[in-house]
Amino acid sequence: MTMTHSETKSARISGTRLGYRFNIVGMVGLSIILFWALVAIFAPLIIPYPVGEIVDLDYFGPMSRDFWLGSDYLGRDMLSRILMGARYTVGISLAAVTIACFSGVVLGMIAAVAGGWLDTILSRLLDALNSIPSKLFGLVVVAAVGSSIPVLILTLSVVYIPGAYRFARALAVNINAMDFITVARIRGESTLYLIRSEILPNIIGPVLADLGIRFVFIVLLLSGLSFLGLGVQPPYADWGALVRENIGALPFGAPAVIFPSFAIASLTISVNLLIDNLPQKIRDRSE
Amino acid sequence: MVNLVEIRDLKVEATTDSGRKVEIIKGVSLDVAEGEIVALIGESGSGKTTIALTLMGYARPGCRISGGSVSVAGNDLVTLTEKQRAKVRGTEVTYVPQSAAAAFNPAATIMDQVIEITRIHGLMPVVEARARAVELFRALSLPEPETIGSRYPHQVSGGQLQRLSAAMALIGDPKLVIFDEPTTALDVTTQIEVLRAFKSVMKKGGIAGVYVSHDLAVVAQIADHIVVLKAGEVQEAGTTEEILSNAKHPYTRELLSAFEPKPREAADAAESAPAPLLKIENLVAGYGASKSDGLPLVRAVEDVSLKVEKGRNLGIIGESGCGKSTLARAIAGILPAAVGKIVFDGKELGRSARERTRDQLREMQIVFQYADTALNPAKSVEDILDRPLVFYHGMNARARSLRIDELLDMVRLPRNLRHRRPGELSGGQKQRVNFARALAADPKLILCDEITSALDTVVAAAVIELLKELQRELGLSYIFISHDLSVVEAICDEIVVMYGGRKVEDITPARINAPHHPYSQLLFSSVPKLDPAWLDGLEQDPELVRAYCRR
Repeated sequence: MTMTHSETKSARISGTRLGYRFNIVGMVGLSIILFWALVAIFAPLIIPYPVGEIVDLDYFGPMSRDFWLGSDYLGRDMLSRILMGARYTVGISLAAVTIACFSGVVLGMIAAVAGGWLDTILSRLLDALNSIPSKLFGLVVVAAVGSSIPVLILTLSVVYIPGAYRFARALAVNINAMDFITVARIRGESTLYLIRSEILPNIIGPVLADLGIRFVFIVLLLSGLSFLGLGVQPPYADWGALVRENIGALPFGAPAVIFPSFAIASLTISVNLLIDNLPQKIRDRSE
Repeated sequence: MVNLVEIRDLKVEATTDSGRKVEIIKGVSLDVAEGEIVALIGESGSGKTTIALTLMGYARPGCRISGGSVSVAGNDLVTLTEKQRAKVRGTEVTYVPQSAAAAFNPAATIMDQVIEITRIHGLMPVVEARARAVELFRALSLPEPETIGSRYPHQVSGGQLQRLSAAMALIGDPKLVIFDEPTTALDVTTQIEVLRAFKSVMKKGGIAGVYVSHDLAVVAQIADHIVVLKAGEVQEAGTTEEILSNAKHPYTRELLSAFEPKPREAADAAESAPAPLLKIENLVAGYGASKSDGLPLVRAVEDVSLKVEKGRNLGIIGESGCGKSTLARAIAGILPAAVGKIVFDGKELGRSARERTRDQLREMQIVFQYADTALNPAKSVEDILDRPLVFYHGMNARARSLRIDELLDMVRLPRNLRHRRPGELSGGQKQRVNFARALAADPKLILCDEITSALDTVVAAAVIELLKELQRELGLSYIFISHDLSVVEAICDEIVVMYGGRKVEDITPARINAPHHPYSQLLFSSVPKLDPAWLDGLEQDPELVRAYCRR
């Protein structure tokens, strides 16, 4: 027993000194994400050429001093387009994942705590939603309502709410069966208190991990929609749309198609690196 | 005479999560002679199971035998290769686990599992093995020995399963059997039959045994020698008589005295109170969908009435499945009763906790058996105790902080513990925090649902002492639910015996030795005594046993 005590004490001391301790892989992930976030915020200030302007005489131009990442199928500067594309990809995905996870997790916890008919109705409703293929759903909605950024955000979040709901509910049901929940219940606590103070702290670790994975799914679905031409509309383009526009460059091995793909990969991989290497204190709170 | 087992200076090392090495067995030496049963006794964490497992050359994951020797019938299990150890296991040394229910594979018949050892080691043909198994079933006085083997584990009772796991251990004709708390999970009435079966089989076969237990009274019945362990060291060793009658080491004495809680002086101050604090009339509660008459499908509590006076304690005892916990849950409103009246402090309470006012909820608190699941692992002790103070009393931050100090003092916990999380506390400390949380509400009645069952004897005795002390100071009443008669006897003014969901008898401590109802008589006579001759001298009416025991 004494051993565990001293151990946790030492963990606590270093915890206050360093804040949260990251390992190196997590740091790499975090810095890539921060880099893309900064790019998204300051993109208009740092792009060398306007996004829609044709500046190169050649199409699918190679990397050069004037055009660091070459030019696209119309001769526009790729670097500028990727930097501006970060705004759409990072922004839309972040907004969508926040909405999806927030509503999914809250609904899941409510369903677990309330139980009964509320649980049944919510679960069946979201199961039904889950049964619609996500790309098809996006296609139909965007085709019907038209593509705008709010529509994209909402569509993406609706597609991923059922998954977040299922995940959170499964975790919360286990916690809900514990005696400390019974104690809180017969103390007379409200459902809101139960989900906020008793359940959420115990499931936050897995929920964050889930959020990371879901973010990646959303980036990929957004890129997929843009690839189909339903995402961000020209002349602007997110990374998925950039890949689609320049797909013709594949036979030439031009940088125009490679770099947007790299951008998507770097963002999604680094989000997962970060989540998998979250500081012990956050990740293992439930243990 | 050469001993069958000789453990010399055994050291076992464990690696913690942070990679540090901790010695959990610190140089233990002990002997087991041929045909002799040696008991290892101590609280949880004392290393008794770890030592028993080294007799099979096994160390649990993360542990390593780091020194010393364990010789069984001439083989030093520490130096044998894994392959050689596998040969020894099941033929020379065998193991009877604590939970037979978890040790049997639910998807295979009992017979297939019992004779598995003979198959693995190629000891005898299947037909012969089956015949031998039936012989063992008979020796262990199992019912229908010819056919019980064709059943599946869920089709026999817990006590039978425990005896079947002994049959599994004995079929390979071992020289040594390790019993790892084999009766801890059983009811007292069932325990007797299992102990008797073990004892007679071991004596008849002249098999040596190592019996791991925390229950001194059980050990007294079956062991020839007792080794008392604490923190990975031998505290005292001797024959059973020596230890029981003439214990030298203070820790052994503590164990012995914890076993005989001082009887409670009858409370008399509160007797002037006219109305009872809690009165329950014809309560029915259960599980499952309600039928057309409004009663639940499975009735766990049937038609129970009882009364608790102010400042006095009521004990509810009975074996597992008798409905005592369900009764507590119905009183607390966790499981709404189907029928019946609950009158608390002169007012009738709603059946479900939701229908009760905040004050009514505050005045009746419940403390659960499993201290660790009753505390939110994500919150510090401070936060846990803080909430009822805000919720019921609306205190400000300073008042709360002072009150938390007071509460920790009351339950005899150091004040600096308030920043710890439940995972950093021991079992006894957690149960005290649970208790402090109940006290934070300033209750009049505390329902204690088996609160000492998951604790070690010495720790449990300390918790009981604490409860008595708090009662003197705060004038609380308790409803104390337990299957352990000695615990209930120690603290209660009145005892209710339950069987099959019904209250069978009301007993006051004055006539505790003369229960009237046959089930109470059986239950009371089944509690093991420290006297080693108790089991052999015990005679119970076989009619009674058949009527009330689901062995």
